[in-house]
Amino acid sequence: MRRAYFKNNWVAALVVAPQLLIIFVFFYWPTGQALYWAFTLEQPFGGGSEWVGFENFQYLLSDGRYWDSVWISTVYALATTVLAMGMAMILALFADRQLRGYQSFRIGLIWPYAVAAPAIGLAFRFIFNPSAGVASYLNYAFPDVWNPVMNGNHALTMVIIAGAWKQVSYSFIFFLAGLQSIPRSLTEASAIDGARVMRRMWDIQLPLLTPTVFFLVIINITDSFTDSFGIVSTMTAGGPARATNLMVYKIYEDGFRGLDYSGAAAQSIILMFLVIALTFFQFKYVERRVHYT
Amino acid sequence: MKLPVLSTSVLAFAALTGAAMASGEKIKFDYWYGLSGQLGEAVAGTCDRFNASQDQYEISCVGQDGYANAVQNTIAAFRAKQHPTVVQAYDAGTADLMMSGEFYPVSKMMADFNIDIDWNDYFPGIANYYASSTGELFSMPFNSSTPVMYFNTAELKAAGLDTPPATWEEFEAALVALKASGKDCAYGYAPDSWIDLEQFSMAHGVPIATNNNGYDGLDSEYVYNTTLHVKHMENIKRWYDDGLLEIRTSQGGLNARDSFAQGECSFYLGSIASHATVGKLVDGAFEWDVAMIPVFEGTERKNTVVGGASLWVLSGKSDDEYRGAAEYLKFLATVESEEWWSANTGYIPVTKSGFDALNAKGFYDNPPYKGREVAIQSLTYTEPGPLTRGIRLGGFIQARSEWVNEVQAALQGTKTMQEALDTSVARSNDVLDKFARTYRGKQLP
Repeated sequence: MRRAYFKNNWVAALVVAPQLLIIFVFFYWPTGQALYWAFTLEQPFGGGSEWVGFENFQYLLSDGRYWDSVWISTVYALATTVLAMGMAMILALFADRQLRGYQSFRIGLIWPYAVAAPAIGLAFRFIFNPSAGVASYLNYAFPDVWNPVMNGNHALTMVIIAGAWKQVSYSFIFFLAGLQSIPRSLTEASAIDGARVMRRMWDIQLPLLTPTVFFLVIINITDSFTDSFGIVSTMTAGGPARATNLMVYKIYEDGFRGLDYSGAAAQSIILMFLVIALTFFQFKYVERRVHYT
Repeated sequence: MKLPVLSTSVLAFAALTGAAMASGEKIKFDYWYGLSGQLGEAVAGTCDRFNASQDQYEISCVGQDGYANAVQNTIAAFRAKQHPTVVQAYDAGTADLMMSGEFYPVSKMMADFNIDIDWNDYFPGIANYYASSTGELFSMPFNSSTPVMYFNTAELKAAGLDTPPATWEEFEAALVALKASGKDCAYGYAPDSWIDLEQFSMAHGVPIATNNNGYDGLDSEYVYNTTLHVKHMENIKRWYDDGLLEIRTSQGGLNARDSFAQGECSFYLGSIASHATVGKLVDGAFEWDVAMIPVFEGTERKNTVVGGASLWVLSGKSDDEYRGAAEYLKFLATVESEEWWSANTGYIPVTKSGFDALNAKGFYDNPPYKGREVAIQSLTYTEPGPLTRGIRLGGFIQARSEWVNEVQAALQGTKTMQEALDTSVARSNDVLDKFARTYRGKQLP
């Protein structure tokens, strides 16, 4: 059989060009610039710069404050991924079973995807407000039990819940699509054999969903490292005593507020490599356990 | 032949407007300011007044929604050569701007364009912050403020106090009395390095850093973990533990200023710039007044310094734009402008003649302006000495951030206040080091 290929190279190049241009302008160029700045001490107004080699990186990697930030980001990434995917999975399984009213909540569950991170941050800030939000009722019952303003763990919890909420709808869509691509004959056959709902879910639907799970794990973790900025910025600004100082927020604070461009550039390079490494490891080791049908 | 009506009229209109444009074109220049909210509207008001007062120049003012954003956007625009002519930069950004050298010193600019400004008319406490080591003013003082103590007169009387506390010891006694009289929140507080560290150190005449707070060289080091500041912060911690003060932040609900304005807390230490805002928020609901911030008993009070921001003229612009900027700055320096600015915001006049003129008119005799002269009193309590000129330390925004985060950790109880301040000093010194090396070979002007 002859392989079909597109003959007109110029048209192909023209069609791809805009996307390549966008990737170049918004990713490769800034990354190249950041890479250069990470190896120098850059003056904010551009009056000059001094080459310092790996010093910025050495300073960061020996800074306890930076490792705190990495730890908090990791905790945040894992917690939001587990929460979001778990919740999305449960919701998708129930939507797939077509329980009563499933059309309306199937539509409704997709809407949160359209809400921007800062808006979510603000909304949850009101909900979790210790003196005026929904959580304040908790404080009426047990005084001072919920205080994200002064307690770092509470602040991190609040940010994780907001972040997980943001990710649920995205994961939900993919899980639902994945579930609906499982042939009905499989589930019907197991039902005939006497398998209950939970067993069907556990033994048939979940294994066949592993490609989707794998994809969503990568997307969720990458997203939680980068897209969490809007949430932290509107909710806690880095948190009481840096308890919610995610890596991406630390870059903003050091670079844009503190005017330490070289340090921030070094941090963003490290963040980029961290995300690349995580994705690489997931492809190498986690993909083995994925059943592709 | 019938001419198409629409296109003919459009062409005619275009020709006419083209001709009109060519004749009286105004010289436009840009001004980026950082104030937002009600104060931002007041800045926009000064621009409108300038445009209305003459027809040669047109200033275009764009609010940047925050001082940090204003500086940051200016830097980004500067690198793309799209920067404004005038930018409102805050006190913490002074060192970075100064070291960049990318500005036109206002004293030189006014001399170059033959505009007569009496530089000695500016309050020394204000001028020194923005002047070179030789006394040459780099930027134009504009919105200058200083902190004062806001207090609820009625609640203080109910607690048995007829006059506001003048010392920290009296302040503590007042807090205790207020709590005893049944008040939940005696002092609405949020850690703020501007008041608790910087102005506190100025008023007490203790240094924040060596080299006279950075004026004398780039090799300064912070020392506030060894001064009276430690005692003050330990007091704050004690008051927090004893319930004498409550932490009030926007993230937790009401910030300290709004808590005071809504009558929830009796004391609030804040900038005089909020005087107008507080007045509007209180709206006569209760009697309140301002006083100078307290000092420890037995201290010889010194002058406090300004916060707020000043107007910098950036380099790389055309002569016409500079002329326009000079006219705008001259416009702002007139007595009428100062009066308008002082009436519409809580800021204080930056010139002695401006202040005298307002006083003569009885401006400060009645509400809502009564009480603002306290700020001038605080600013001019003594002549600025080497330790009370201001702060000229690089990367100061990061240093402030370190201080706030460490104090928050101490208040949470995870470390003692002394440990927190020691950590903050150590990390802030790293920042200073980095700043010095970034500008290696350059001198502080």
